[in-house]
Amino acid sequence: MKIVVCVKQVPDTAAKVVVEDGQVTWGDAPLVINPWDEYAVETALLQQEAHGGDVTVISVGGEEAKEALKHALAMGCGSAILISEPGIEKADSLVTSHVLAAAIQKIVDVDMAFFGRQAIDGDVGVTAAQTARVLGWPAFTLVSAISELDPGNNSIRVERSVEEGRQVVEGRLPAVVSVVKDIAEPRYPSFMGIRKASRAEIPVWSLADLGAGVSEPVVTWPEITSPPKQEVVTEMISGDSSSDIAEQLAEKILEEKVL
Amino acid sequence: MANKVWVYIEQFNGEAIPSSWEAIGAAGMLADQIGEGVTAIVAGSQITEVANQAVRYGADQVYYCNDETLKEFRAEPFASLVSGLAIEHQPEVILFPTTSRGRELAGMVAVDLKTGVLPDVTALEVQNGNVVATRPVYGGKLLSKAICSARPQLITLRVRSFPTPEADDSRTGNLNEVQAAVSEGDIATQVVGYTESSGAVSLNDAAVIVSGGRGVSNNPSLEPPADMDENEAEIWRAQQGFKLIGDLAEVLGAAVGASRAAVDAGYVPYDNQVGQTGKVVSPDMYIACGISGAIQHQAGMRTSKVIVVINKDPEAPIFKLARFGVVGDLFDILPPLTESLKNRLSS
Repeated sequence: MKIVVCVKQVPDTAAKVVVEDGQVTWGDAPLVINPWDEYAVETALLQQEAHGGDVTVISVGGEEAKEALKHALAMGCGSAILISEPGIEKADSLVTSHVLAAAIQKIVDVDMAFFGRQAIDGDVGVTAAQTARVLGWPAFTLVSAISELDPGNNSIRVERSVEEGRQVVEGRLPAVVSVVKDIAEPRYPSFMGIRKASRAEIPVWSLADLGAGVSEPVVTWPEITSPPKQEVVTEMISGDSSSDIAEQLAEKILEEKVL
Repeated sequence: MANKVWVYIEQFNGEAIPSSWEAIGAAGMLADQIGEGVTAIVAGSQITEVANQAVRYGADQVYYCNDETLKEFRAEPFASLVSGLAIEHQPEVILFPTTSRGRELAGMVAVDLKTGVLPDVTALEVQNGNVVATRPVYGGKLLSKAICSARPQLITLRVRSFPTPEADDSRTGNLNEVQAAVSEGDIATQVVGYTESSGAVSLNDAAVIVSGGRGVSNNPSLEPPADMDENEAEIWRAQQGFKLIGDLAEVLGAAVGASRAAVDAGYVPYDNQVGQTGKVVSPDMYIACGISGAIQHQAGMRTSKVIVVINKDPEAPIFKLARFGVVGDLFDILPPLTESLKNRLSS
């Protein structure tokens, strides 16, 4: 099986992200592989272990995105490709999905493309579905389990985590799959993997290499701000006994009239 | 004559998802500024009644499609239907509720129409003919304004961020039945069914959420069965704790949430996780029990209207968000709290 995983480099979830002079900054907090994408890498590696083949990890971004690719290599992906172009950081999801689709086509004969459910910086969460639409492949999004996969037969059955429960869906390969946390616990990079990844020469493809025209993003972000501080006046409830506290709290809860 | 502001009405098993009506309300507000009325799109297998409801909630016109291929949601045929109608009638804006379906659908329609999608929007205004959408980014740590220069502007609205309009039984509108865009043979996926559908209140729509964290397993007075190893015993303890949370949730008609720590420790499934890497929720009331309040958890619940915190540790960061706080053990507080609310609500 030929598998591609798409990853993004983002600020760590624990970073204090703030706006200074209209620019987003996270101080000296590290950039990391998008946490959702680690689950996608893990899923890709598990499928490779079960069915053979190879896993290529790709990312759209600047030179710094190579760190996310190296993390995926250290976890066990066979090869990595960075797709980079001046101005690419302004790409919206439509541009990004066309670029990823072109890269997946250039890699040739890909059976499955894995994504995390969304990137934790922009929180847009449509790139997997959009890439599938560009490729004309089925999209299995928010997948919490791959219950059957038969590469010889090009068939797949998954469970999707949706509002009403787990939806069981079947379809054909090639396909795009985006995963949620329940799918598998991402492995830690091995010592050998880290060494191999640190020496890896990661090829860089430009949009011209992809034969993709440079299209202008249609979504712009004219303003980004810190949310207004919520002024909460906290009322601490104490009492002689648990039941006394519980009675007082019950009264406060009902006074809010939200029930 | 089609209207410029459209709304995609989401339904499940022939019942509208309530946030669809919030979207009709928001569409009405945009239509007042952009001109003309509101057009709704309803698609499914038996949804004529949902189309009628859309009129009562504020749609002036409805395109509705009853077709067996649309019985279960699959993004591909739904996207082709919406895209086809949009190409024919050229709306300026299409609003969707931000659900698993709405997000995926808007993304695919954006590809078909070569336009942008602004997901999970919490506020809307109109400037110079463009919709300016406000949306939380970086897990709600920042707010971004976003504009789409192409048409139509596709926007998904965060659930519970816009008011639900009053339904008016006397309203009338034009109902136009339309044909499905693709046939079953052209659809690459089949929905087999559902497992684990809990029937419980969904976190996204819940007006009240009761959430548990790592502290839920921390009841030393509970003696686990002797044959359990340490790990099993911890999960057993946590299940007793989550039972107390479930009892309170049941009395309040609330959904059950959890912190990442509780999910990672295996106490509850991921579907219950609230936070930056779980669900982002905005209920009227959020009751956090035994949750310390890591920044990632706060990102998922800080916009809740009233936050109640029960925690043994007076230094827990989550107290900073609390309207009401109790420093105490959830195992002592929850049973009498549930009992008291049950009595008060039934009297």
